Amino acid sequence: MKKTILVLLLTTIAMISTGLTMAAGGGYPKSPANVNVDDMASLQRGAKVFSDYCLSCHSAKFVRFNRVADDLGMTESEVMENLNHLGGKFGSTMTATMTDAYAKESFGAVPPDLSLVARSRGVDWLYTYLISFYADSAKTTGHNNAIFKDVGMPNIFWKQEGVKKAVYEEHDGVKTLVGLEVVEQGTMAPEEFDTMIRDLVAFLSYIGEPNQSYRKSLGVYVLVFLFIFFGFAYAMKKDYWKDVH
Amino acid sequence: MEQKSNGLMGWIDARFPATKMWEDHLSKYYAPKNFNFWYFFGSLAIMVLVIQILSGVFLAMFYKPDTALAFQSVEMGIMRDVEWGWLIRYFHSTGASAFFLVVYLHMFRALIYGSYKKPRELIWIFGVLIFLALMAEGFMGYLLPWGQMSFWGAQVIINLVSAIPFVGEDLGIWVRGDFVIGDATLNRFYSLHIVAIPLILIGLIVAHIIALHEVGSNNPDGVEIKKNKDENGIPKDGIPFHPYYSVKDIVGVIVFLMFFSIVVFFAPEMFGYFLEHANFEPANPLKTPEHIAPVWYFTPYYSVLRAVPSIAGSAFPGVIAMGAAIVVLFFLPWLDRNPVKSIRYRAGWYKILVAIFVVTFIILGVLGTLAPTDGRTLLAQVCTAYYFAFFLLMPIYTKLEKNKPVPERVTMK
Repeated sequence: MKKTILVLLLTTIAMISTGLTMAAGGGYPKSPANVNVDDMASLQRGAKVFSDYCLSCHSAKFVRFNRVADDLGMTESEVMENLNHLGGKFGSTMTATMTDAYAKESFGAVPPDLSLVARSRGVDWLYTYLISFYADSAKTTGHNNAIFKDVGMPNIFWKQEGVKKAVYEEHDGVKTLVGLEVVEQGTMAPEEFDTMIRDLVAFLSYIGEPNQSYRKSLGVYVLVFLFIFFGFAYAMKKDYWKDVH
Repeated sequence: MEQKSNGLMGWIDARFPATKMWEDHLSKYYAPKNFNFWYFFGSLAIMVLVIQILSGVFLAMFYKPDTALAFQSVEMGIMRDVEWGWLIRYFHSTGASAFFLVVYLHMFRALIYGSYKKPRELIWIFGVLIFLALMAEGFMGYLLPWGQMSFWGAQVIINLVSAIPFVGEDLGIWVRGDFVIGDATLNRFYSLHIVAIPLILIGLIVAHIIALHEVGSNNPDGVEIKKNKDENGIPKDGIPFHPYYSVKDIVGVIVFLMFFSIVVFFAPEMFGYFLEHANFEPANPLKTPEHIAPVWYFTPYYSVLRAVPSIAGSAFPGVIAMGAAIVVLFFLPWLDRNPVKSIRYRAGWYKILVAIFVVTFIILGVLGTLAPTDGRTLLAQVCTAYYFAFFLLMPIYTKLEKNKPVPERVTMK
């Protein structure tokens, strides 16, 4: 009986995992972001990029400046001078410089709030998205995106990154975008640019769930406590049950 | 605890049956001594209920059931501004999945050891009602964060009501309180989620336990321990629930809490199965997500729904099948005609049928999380057919079984 169940369960698990791998396939491949939300220097650099570039159009309306200062080890004046370009209160949340009305007029839609974008999209998707803009003359912004086709957002980092073009492969008359190729060098070295994007994604991951590092470190203590508790509880059970045969 | 003592307990016992209840349900409730791994899940279900009620009480202090504020009150208020709010929310969201996991395992235990058979039919029926109430509770609770999946998941389910011929449209409006899912829907789901369904759930659980303690617990051998009593009228194979099973269940609770904590502290989203990624976007009635999947605990039944082809554009046949897949459980005590309770002493091929049933149920669950393709729909249809055949053919095949001899007394293996 146990063997039958085991065999059948293992078969199911094998079937499920192949099914899931197959389901995960398709679409432009995601590159791993490899971000570290415990790296304060990286997060601080990411915060700066975020407020200099992203906050012009996007908001992060669930994120308070004072919380960022606390979590990232920055002083009030550092945050107020470097990150808070609109000059709101230290305890206020991150609003976009651009108004909603202006956004609708210029881009046709209000850019999405970025507070939780790392949780809804995932960090790998974000990283891939930010490095996958390519030149496309059919678009009004002059750029398209390999993982987010016909995205409304302009390629804001084109000066730093340079210009890329899409590489296609054709199979049975179906053209698929397989990669990107740099056609014009940017002002930043490729490694330098990559670090900047990873810092930005790390910061997005942090604002998605500001407690995530603390959550994990607390979890270790909770498990250690439960492990010790288990030892006592098991010994007590053994002792009570020694006369039951 | 001394009966008819003169102290405080004596004073209380003369006015309230405190000692009597303690003895009837704990210190002199005799449970079979051979409970195994599968018998942890009853007490664990109560444990999870307590987690849900306590965490829910605190979440309700900060949550705002208003379509304009709900998402923010969860994702900014509770997750960021409220001290420890994030932890309480993860307890609650993980607790919801844990509740279903524990209940599914508890039901599986009943299935393999025949705990639904005479004289325990009512315990089983109360149990299926608890399962139904839990589904309603989970469904309504999932709307509250007002994310994309909250909204569109509710949309899919309420549209099932609208698929009922003739009265469906009006019924759908009655359920929503509006022509679309909106503020009225959110408010009533909140009220039902935090007041009505929990009251029903607690009432049913009390009935479940009273019925259990009236007839006594079954065990892995399916032997009635009350048939063998000593001179004091105590079952020879019984041991008092307290202290024996209270100390044993504490061990089970700790092991459960270890797994629970691993999820809460290290993977609260559980890779998108406990908290779906799309639910981190606020509900947008104008933007349909690419793929709408219910939370994992509904997916086996969602698969049954999708497996049945619609007739004349109406999903009603699927709705009937989904409903029937749950309703058939109520009849289990009468569908199974084999007098032997435990799977240990039933035919070898019956064990294989049960094992295949488990596998088909898991496959249905997995398929429910994926977008349908022709191949997947066919697989779901095969599994659905097996699900129903397993129950509906029981009156025939359970009579053909060649049972093994059932022992007189319980065994300790």
